[in-house]
Amino acid sequence: MRSLRMPAVSGFDEMIGPASEVRSHYAGYHDWLLRQDSRDLQRKRKEAELQFHRVGITFNVYGEDSGTERLIPFDTLPRMIPAREWALLERGAIQRVQALNLFLHDIYHDQKIIRDGRIPAEQVFGNAQYQPCMQDVDLPNQVYSQISGVDLIRDGEGTWYVLEDNLRTPSGVSYMIENRRMMMRLFPELFAQQTVAPVEHYPSLLLETLQHSAVHSHPTVVLLTPGRFNSAYFEHAFLAQQMGIELVEGADLFVKEGFVYMRTTAGPQRVDVIYRRIDDAFLDPLAFRSDSMLGVPGLLSVYREGKVVLANAVGTGVADDKSIYPYVPEMIRFYLDEEPILANVPTWQCRRDNELKHVLARLPELVVKEVHGAGGYGMLVGPAASEQEIEQFRQRLLAAPDNYIAQPTLSLSTCPIFVDEGIAPRHIDLRPFVLSGYDTRVVPGGLTRVAMKAGSLVVNSSQGGGTKDTWVLEDDPC
Amino acid sequence: MLSRTASDLYWLSRYFERAENAARMLDVVWNLSLIRYAVDTQAEIAAPLAITGTAEQYGARYGKVTIHNVLHFFTLDADNPASIYSCLRLARTSAHAVRGKITAEMWESVNSTWLELREIRQTGLQVYGETLFFEWVKNRSHLFRGATYGTLMRSDTFRFLRLGTFIERADNTARILDVKHRDGEADSNTTVDYYRWHALLRSVGAYEAYREMYSETINGERVAELLILRPEVPRSLLSCLQELCGLLPDIEGQAGLEAKRLAAVQLARLQYGDLAHIVDIGLHDYLTDFLRRINELANTIQSEYLELV
Repeated sequence: MRSLRMPAVSGFDEMIGPASEVRSHYAGYHDWLLRQDSRDLQRKRKEAELQFHRVGITFNVYGEDSGTERLIPFDTLPRMIPAREWALLERGAIQRVQALNLFLHDIYHDQKIIRDGRIPAEQVFGNAQYQPCMQDVDLPNQVYSQISGVDLIRDGEGTWYVLEDNLRTPSGVSYMIENRRMMMRLFPELFAQQTVAPVEHYPSLLLETLQHSAVHSHPTVVLLTPGRFNSAYFEHAFLAQQMGIELVEGADLFVKEGFVYMRTTAGPQRVDVIYRRIDDAFLDPLAFRSDSMLGVPGLLSVYREGKVVLANAVGTGVADDKSIYPYVPEMIRFYLDEEPILANVPTWQCRRDNELKHVLARLPELVVKEVHGAGGYGMLVGPAASEQEIEQFRQRLLAAPDNYIAQPTLSLSTCPIFVDEGIAPRHIDLRPFVLSGYDTRVVPGGLTRVAMKAGSLVVNSSQGGGTKDTWVLEDDPC
Repeated sequence: MLSRTASDLYWLSRYFERAENAARMLDVVWNLSLIRYAVDTQAEIAAPLAITGTAEQYGARYGKVTIHNVLHFFTLDADNPASIYSCLRLARTSAHAVRGKITAEMWESVNSTWLELREIRQTGLQVYGETLFFEWVKNRSHLFRGATYGTLMRSDTFRFLRLGTFIERADNTARILDVKHRDGEADSNTTVDYYRWHALLRSVGAYEAYREMYSETINGERVAELLILRPEVPRSLLSCLQELCGLLPDIEGQAGLEAKRLAAVQLARLQYGDLAHIVDIGLHDYLTDFLRRINELANTIQSEYLELV
């Protein structure tokens, strides 16, 4: 391929090293790439797009015409992680999720970590995501977050950090699986050439995890979706089908005499485990938002009696909130008596006067985030903002400092993507999916998200970000 | 199976079948409209409005009955709920809701049908070609049915899809036959009549069957017999009822008692019916009664399986 030359990279690139050399785990792929005709690769890109459209792997964009479907841009150049490096990430992600689950059990029971003075009480109980109704409710296996997404990034030196934890309803796993299927369809020869760790068994691990969360064996498991207009509906339908379970909406379920049932053509059928993809606030109009049409009246009372399992549990949001994030390393030490394997991004809590002062002085260099925000909304990226935007944000920050945290602007690592001119580096992150049943497991890899615009650091699909297949290479190259 | 899922499956195949039948009917109208010397073109063109009971709605929107307006109204008009465009849009919406229940090949056939239809709508019917379009609709329906037959597990998913197909088909065959009969009565045994019955047979793909079974000139009574009482013809009323009666008892659970009874009664009426009896009552009255009964069966299926409270 003629135009393979990568434009100069500043910071850390996954494929190209500091002296413009190809990193060893990319060597085989790179050799293959040089032998390709750029028109063939262009054709493959078109084929992928057509196929994704035909299969309907789309997401709905909020705020546009209801039901507007878009493709998430897919790049055909894989993101590779050597086995040794993955082993570290895997241990780190598992450790973190175990500590978070222990934290959730603790704060909804004895609150040892608070009594021990490791986390200020007001940070937990003052948090809107803390659910008083979960206090002293015993869950099977004490697992709160069965499905967790741990967002990882690398800085300019290539050091890994945890950017945030997702313990409510993390999404994106269907793209991990579909991206792999697409790559195997487009480039079978690459999979013959090197051993890529498989990811397609994720749905069966997920089903096992959900079954493990029930009190008795052979439970009836369902997936609860807000419906076909939800942005992640494709994923809900995909996972339900892959697991062979019913995809239900709130109206399909009802509560009677202390149990949850679904309406079927053969009459009511009891439901034991609900993999719910709707937020706490919409679960039960009797307990939470009374205007919710998505939930099931009476569900929470059945749940608190232990007669149905919700995955994830109610009230997990208190542990993945950005205001709790700075305390996760401390949780790992407190509950597991281990040192964190994966580091947090250094974080200043604006609720503290001295840290706020520091943040205000350095706004143009920092990233400032709302503690309850998600999806890349409501944040300031200092280096990319105009003076006026920074000043506006300063006023918002001063008005409610408790609502914000700040972090240094990390220059996320880059990975090449195919562009019209050849290939070019774009910033990426990584979301592995951690499953907590009888034990805690991770499918090798995860979802690599890509900021499709040159220089952009925003990878969220709602903001135009794309995805790549993620390859954990089982054999270290010699 | 979830009642809502069963409902989406049932309506998915009903809408697809409705689109196919609309294409069949319009193909005939289009062809008859070209044979000006033989046929009262205006009556032929207006026939689909009578069959679907949409004359009033059409009149309010388009006014004069012209072939191109009628075809547009029934093919690509997004505001006509009975148009092929609307039917395929609703079929796709239902398929979207149950895409986890149907096979990937079935979903892809529905989804690519919808994507192509949107392109055809941009092109416009006259540019795309009327005959080509009707063939395209029939082919897409064949493809979906083939994907269903060839890939879908034989479970309640399959059965509710098939229920929708045969309820819709029974209704559509009866309507097509009814309108042709009323139009044809006045001038029987003329060239016009021949063309009409010939066109009707072709519209339901039963021309070859007629030729094989009857060695006589095409006439109304024989066509009626073929499309009402013959079990060999897959679009006949008897065939539809046989399918329905085969499907209902296999659905899991004890629900649907009344639906099973109504279907069995209607099957017996067709199985043991004969042409002389139908002629005696009058074809129009016979079909009106049949439409009432099939509608009652459809409502019962709806309430006993699909809207469980």
